Amino acid sequence: MERRHLVRMLVFGGIAVVIGIPIALVIPWFPANASDQADNVRTLYDVLLIASVPIFVLVLTMVLYSVWAFRMRPGEENKDGPPIHGNTRLEVIWTAVPAVLIIGLCTYAYTVLRSNEDNKPNALTVNVTERQFAFEFSYQVGGKTVVSPALYLAKGQPVVFKIHSLDVIHSFFVPEFSQKLDAVPGITTTLRVTPTRIGNYPAECTELCGAGHALMRAPVHVVTPQAFQAWLQSQPANAPPPVGTPPANAAAPGIPGAGAAPAPTPSAGSTTGPATSPAAAAGTAIFTGAAGCSTCHTLAAAGATGTVGPNLGTAVVPDAKKAGMPLKAFIQESIVKPNAFISPGFQPNIMPQNFSQSLTPTQIQQLVNFIASVTK
Amino acid sequence: MPLPAKLRRPGWYRAALFDILGFGLAFGVTCLVRSLMHEHPVVDGNAITIVAMIAVPLFFLVGIGTCDYWAYWASGRPTRPEDHSDHGARTWRDYFRVNTDHKVIGIQYTVTSFFFLFVGGLLAMLMRAELAQPGMQFVTPEEFNGLFSMHATLLIFLFTVPVFAGLANFVLPLMIGAPDMAFPRLNALSFWLLPLGGIMMLMSVLAPGGSFAAGWTAYAPLSTTMPVGQMFFSLGVQFAGFSSIFTALNFLVTIITMRAPGMSFFRMPLLVWANFSTSLLVVIATPFIAASQFFVLLDRSLGFHFFDAFVGAGKNGNVIMYQHVFWFYSHPAVYIMMLPGFGIISEVLAVKSRKPIFGYRMMAFSLLAIVVLGFTVWAHHMFVSGMQPWIRIPMMITTAIIAIPTGIKIFSWLATLWRGVLHLDTPMLFALGFLTMFTLGGISGVMLSMIPFDIHVSQTYFIVAHIHYVLFGGSLFTIFAGVYYWFPKMTGRMFDDRLGKWHFWLTFVFFNLTFAPMHLIGIQGMPRRVADYSHQFAAWNLIISLASFGLGLSTLIFVYNIVASWRHGPRAAANPWRALTLEWQVASPPPIFNFDAVPTVVGGPYEYGVPGAVHGIFKSPAEAARTVAAGTPGPRTLGSTPSQESHE
Repeated sequence: MERRHLVRMLVFGGIAVVIGIPIALVIPWFPANASDQADNVRTLYDVLLIASVPIFVLVLTMVLYSVWAFRMRPGEENKDGPPIHGNTRLEVIWTAVPAVLIIGLCTYAYTVLRSNEDNKPNALTVNVTERQFAFEFSYQVGGKTVVSPALYLAKGQPVVFKIHSLDVIHSFFVPEFSQKLDAVPGITTTLRVTPTRIGNYPAECTELCGAGHALMRAPVHVVTPQAFQAWLQSQPANAPPPVGTPPANAAAPGIPGAGAAPAPTPSAGSTTGPATSPAAAAGTAIFTGAAGCSTCHTLAAAGATGTVGPNLGTAVVPDAKKAGMPLKAFIQESIVKPNAFISPGFQPNIMPQNFSQSLTPTQIQQLVNFIASVTK
Repeated sequence: MPLPAKLRRPGWYRAALFDILGFGLAFGVTCLVRSLMHEHPVVDGNAITIVAMIAVPLFFLVGIGTCDYWAYWASGRPTRPEDHSDHGARTWRDYFRVNTDHKVIGIQYTVTSFFFLFVGGLLAMLMRAELAQPGMQFVTPEEFNGLFSMHATLLIFLFTVPVFAGLANFVLPLMIGAPDMAFPRLNALSFWLLPLGGIMMLMSVLAPGGSFAAGWTAYAPLSTTMPVGQMFFSLGVQFAGFSSIFTALNFLVTIITMRAPGMSFFRMPLLVWANFSTSLLVVIATPFIAASQFFVLLDRSLGFHFFDAFVGAGKNGNVIMYQHVFWFYSHPAVYIMMLPGFGIISEVLAVKSRKPIFGYRMMAFSLLAIVVLGFTVWAHHMFVSGMQPWIRIPMMITTAIIAIPTGIKIFSWLATLWRGVLHLDTPMLFALGFLTMFTLGGISGVMLSMIPFDIHVSQTYFIVAHIHYVLFGGSLFTIFAGVYYWFPKMTGRMFDDRLGKWHFWLTFVFFNLTFAPMHLIGIQGMPRRVADYSHQFAAWNLIISLASFGLGLSTLIFVYNIVASWRHGPRAAANPWRALTLEWQVASPPPIFNFDAVPTVVGGPYEYGVPGAVHGIFKSPAEAARTVAAGTPGPRTLGSTPSQESHE
């Protein structure tokens, strides 16, 4: 290759690389870095960018330079270029160099994968159960099972997620953790994360699961280990508490964007609503626990602020009138046959249709009684 | 009482009659079987629809005449002597009936495919209108899911795969010196299968429950629990798939047996190599998507258990198995959608740079390497699927390795440009745009092969960005390059190059504005296939939507250019590009049987720069004058000192 062509291209390409790599590295590609795994992934991406910019600059430089230097000038309409068929040395180089690059990148990526997925000692197991269109997280603490529609984690505490699906394939992804895994009905999948940053993040479903796919998310709260323990202790076991027990503080708000709602400070024993009857206590526990209603619905009495579905504090009575049904019968039908009546402004096929299977008749009755007693 | 002649001869009237018969048969058979099996109600719309979707298109194919010759032959009746009455186009009507001329079929394929490009593109515009702002403005979430499912399905199965088949159908027999494809009647059948598949896809919007809405990937168990619209996808894919398979068989036999004398494999133009490679991919891989959709059909409509997750006490179904079977086709599918484009680029770059393709042999071997490797990488679409974790490692390695033959091709094309005489007209601009944009798509592809990064960006807009850089900046740019390049040969008219350049630049700018930001919002965490998104992504989504509208509008320039030029553009010469390959040695458009006498190939297809070099010679003086390379005295190898400088 002629020296002057080579020099010009090297100068142009060199400048492009020297400008391009820092720009690429400085762009805020990722959200907040909140886990060990996320840390490694960001570094891997930086390495990929540093490898990619020169390759793209090479191709771009060759194209632009050729267009500039070799385009047909007037008078050259019938001219051909030199009959160059190949150059073995060049072809060997541009086969071998990418091969070496690929081997290097694969090896590095493999080490990152091992590091991100290795067993960590003292990992806490959290069960993630997904269904159309809500998440549910459960912890085994002492002898009790704690069920929550929001995910609480302790900073620095390695976690093993055991992920399940009750119906179709979903996925569990927290962008700030850079970890993701599908929830597959019929099997349990395992995902490891070590959160390293206090804050609030979204857990998203990223595998198309039906009409409510875009709305299927849950809040993740990474808190100090002390706050985490306090929250765990304050949660009721996943069963209606004995008669007379005041309801625990309700769980988290509904669907936020990133970092929208601050983590509610868990405090044991405070009441959130006017109802403190045993029925109300049982109903609240199911509303915020096993049934996961607070993920999607607002109900002040339960401390729920979800916005996916209608506000159950205000919409139920008017809707029951529209449906021409007595209040409790309407609430019952709305739970087990959600598509029977769609509240104005909302869509069918979003609310899970299998509550008649996933809740016992007693639980449904307690929910009905609770909602009927607090709705206006 | 004999049927009137209109209903007895092949054509639309008979096809309509057969459609009615087919529906009646479907209705009758379904009800009969259901009553024998004591299924109630006996008359069930769902079941009748599904059986009709199989029967009616098949009856249509018989009615319109794709099977007449075979039916006569198979039934033992004397076959009609071949009078070539169904060969070649004399009026526009010939394009709407069963025609055995590969040139007619090529145009039928190309025009039909572009129709589906515009429908699929319009669906994208609707999606982007909905996504321009957070919240739902125009469609429901269910409808949105249907939009992106239909968009991808149409653009993959009804545009990209068949349009390459159509262009090759027209060009390839001419390029190898053949009078037609090996099986012209099979060729006609291949074409007619395509609009049937497409209509089936479109009709799903009329189904109760709406169009199919499980994505073009249709994962079980979502797809096996959806309303009947999903079955339109499962069955439509079969028709499009058979179209593809029959054409590929035809290409393989044609290329292997019908090359002109003197055209050894290593004297074939690279477009022929590319279609040969693609056809291998098609015949091996396509049956797997057919299988996956049959499994879905059987599970959903007949209660089979292929994908049952919770069957009895033990699990007898296997949910992830769907993905393995599906992706075993769908990964080679992306090479089916790219390799013919590689062939087109080789043709365009050689002619427009007036230079041989650099490294011809390695270009051919790279195509074959991509075919083989393409079957070893499917599970890179499943890194987060929950499959056994060890599979991810070999899949990462094979996926990364594919970058090597692909890189060889890119570098060879760059070297082809080097020291050529570059004619920067519309086909060349699209070829150059392809080189840069496909490189970006390939780079994001190598990033995706790295498992930990893929875990982060899987199922986000980063994937949408990658897909569109390789399919739009890759495949579609090559399709535009090919359509412009062979437009004079196919239509006998020249397109308006100024309009073509406007088309290119507007497309290039809006394409990048639309899809580049998706890399960023994907890594930031915006999922794909979502009707709505979190507010932090609102600004970028608005920019992307506005840019996409520009992209859509820029296609109108192309439509106007093609239609206006076809109707009254200036007449094209036989060889306006002064190319050496055989299709340019006959008139534009070619005579009905292509060559008066079979040409003899005496040299390589890209001998530009060698004074007096010829690719193919014609004994008969009635043939169009052969094109001779203009020749420029110059150094023979890269790197030697030049003796004279012809540039500046």
